[in-house]
Amino acid sequence: MTTTAASDAAETTERRGRAERPPRPAGAHRRRAAATRGDWIVGYTMVAPAVLGALAFVIAPLFAVFWFSLHDWNVLANTFVFSGTENYERMLSDQGLHDSLLASLWFSIGLVVLNITLALFLAVLLNQKLPGTTTFRTFFFSPVVVSLVAWTIVWSFLLQADGGINGFLSLVGIDGPNWLRNDFTAMMSVIVVQVFKNVGMNMILFLAALQGVPEEIMEAARIDGAGAWRRFRAITLPMISPTILLVSILTIVGSLEVFAQIAVLTGGGPGNSTTVLVYYLYQQAFRFNDFGYASGISVLLFIIVLILTLIQWQTRKRWVFNEN
Amino acid sequence: MRTDAPLADVDPIDTTTVVTGSATPPHRVRAGSSRAKRRWISIGLVVLLAVISIPFVFPTWWMATSSLKPMSEILRKVPTLWPENPSFDAYGEVFRLQPFAQQYWNSLYIAVIVTLGTLLVAAMAGYAFARIRFPGANALFLVVLVGLLVPSEVTIVPLFRLVNGMGLINTHWPLIVIPIFGAPAVLSIFIMRQFFLGLPTELEEAGRMDGLGRWGIFWRIAFPLSRPALAAVAIFTFLKSWNLYLEPIVYLSSKDMFTLPQALTQYVDAYGGPMWNVQLAATTLTVVPVLLVFLFAQKQFVQGLAHTGLKG
Repeated sequence: MTTTAASDAAETTERRGRAERPPRPAGAHRRRAAATRGDWIVGYTMVAPAVLGALAFVIAPLFAVFWFSLHDWNVLANTFVFSGTENYERMLSDQGLHDSLLASLWFSIGLVVLNITLALFLAVLLNQKLPGTTTFRTFFFSPVVVSLVAWTIVWSFLLQADGGINGFLSLVGIDGPNWLRNDFTAMMSVIVVQVFKNVGMNMILFLAALQGVPEEIMEAARIDGAGAWRRFRAITLPMISPTILLVSILTIVGSLEVFAQIAVLTGGGPGNSTTVLVYYLYQQAFRFNDFGYASGISVLLFIIVLILTLIQWQTRKRWVFNEN
Repeated sequence: MRTDAPLADVDPIDTTTVVTGSATPPHRVRAGSSRAKRRWISIGLVVLLAVISIPFVFPTWWMATSSLKPMSEILRKVPTLWPENPSFDAYGEVFRLQPFAQQYWNSLYIAVIVTLGTLLVAAMAGYAFARIRFPGANALFLVVLVGLLVPSEVTIVPLFRLVNGMGLINTHWPLIVIPIFGAPAVLSIFIMRQFFLGLPTELEEAGRMDGLGRWGIFWRIAFPLSRPALAAVAIFTFLKSWNLYLEPIVYLSSKDMFTLPQALTQYVDAYGGPMWNVQLAATTLTVVPVLLVFLFAQKQFVQGLAHTGLKG
């Protein structure tokens, strides 16, 4: 027993010591154990800020928000009364919440589909040996570094009834709609503005992945007579699928968090058509001071994000190519 | 480069044709036509890219040029691409109507402190989780990773209560401390950990041979070597802090405490209508510096972001 343990330990040290180290004498073993304990302290010290931060600003607030959601809590009136599942029952029959869930759903679907398709399309184009690719890459990426609110303010002007978009449309004889005052076009506008803002980021991540696709395989497929589309479907897509997974998780979760764009561009309107979940949450908490109900909505948002991430994680095996 | 390159790849052949000028005619015609076809495809693709890039570039261009126009010209039906009588009047208004310089400084110093703090916290935690074996490391890592599942909006109500309870409303503390230690930093920790996992152990072994302790190895060897990952984290973090909107409008109430995104939406006339030229001037002031930095450091910027271990 002891001998096997000792030989095991010897083996691991030897393996980790990478052969250039001579076998340790008996005393060295104890020194190593001491060093390990020193390592523990260093390890705990190094992760302490992150772990304590997570406990204080993520885990504890998460429990708190569950607890608050079971209360009737008006900040202005200073009431904090346990109300059980009342907030959740209210959520079941709250038309405003249902509208906001639907708005979030449309926004997420539109954003994710447009963003990922366009990002992939641009990345594939820019991965060709075309003149000016560096310049175009800069163009497509530049909105990423433009501050979000600034970008949205500019677009809010361009999308007005007498704004720039309709001005250009009138040049070709089209009478543009009042983009931000119609349910459908308002939602489309918010999505498109957001796509132009962030697609450059996903494009860069896709470009990095595309550059990891071995040229040899492509060449072999070309010799075998596979056309461009076939090569893209059968080689490129599977090989960059881990990046597609990651990018779609980030984009979907990001799409649920959209707030500034809505606040600046449409203020949730017209009607409730662009009041997405986070905007509704913000209204309940900081306009109507209903912290209990807002906490319930927070819990709902958390559960949605959790479920989406888990689904994507679980289904990854089905569509993510694994090199091993 | 490749010895088995197929002959159908005409580029080298074509060069020889040009150089020697004596290739066999049939071959030349075939190669030439496919080359011409490819060139038309290239031109088509470049035109396509140029058209697609309009909505990416035009808004920024229009914003910067419009800030030099009077209101009457901004509101003209078909926008002018260049101001007819450029004037900087709106820029004066930007500073007259709000403590804009102060707000600029607020955003800048908050973003810088958050970035530096995040780099330190994330590098330490990422290193320890990747390289140091200590009991409970996996469990603690999971505790931290929960932050990836929790959008900051989910915890805004309890965090507001916390901040309020500590009397820190209308201070910059919540905008600095929570991003460094809370959920927004988790992605950074993850990126740093992925990077350190890929760093060759030999370098650290060499440091150990030279008598460095764990801290020494981290500070003198691992931390400097992680510059690409640090750059990516720094860019991410700075932009995130610079763009923060929900938190400032929740935590801050007086104009001299405001951050830029919040301040930009305040340029409205007595009737609540936006003062476009002033607003666009202010917007230009917040966008152009960052854009210039990006244009100069573009290469490192893009590589930094691509090189995050996010490639999966």
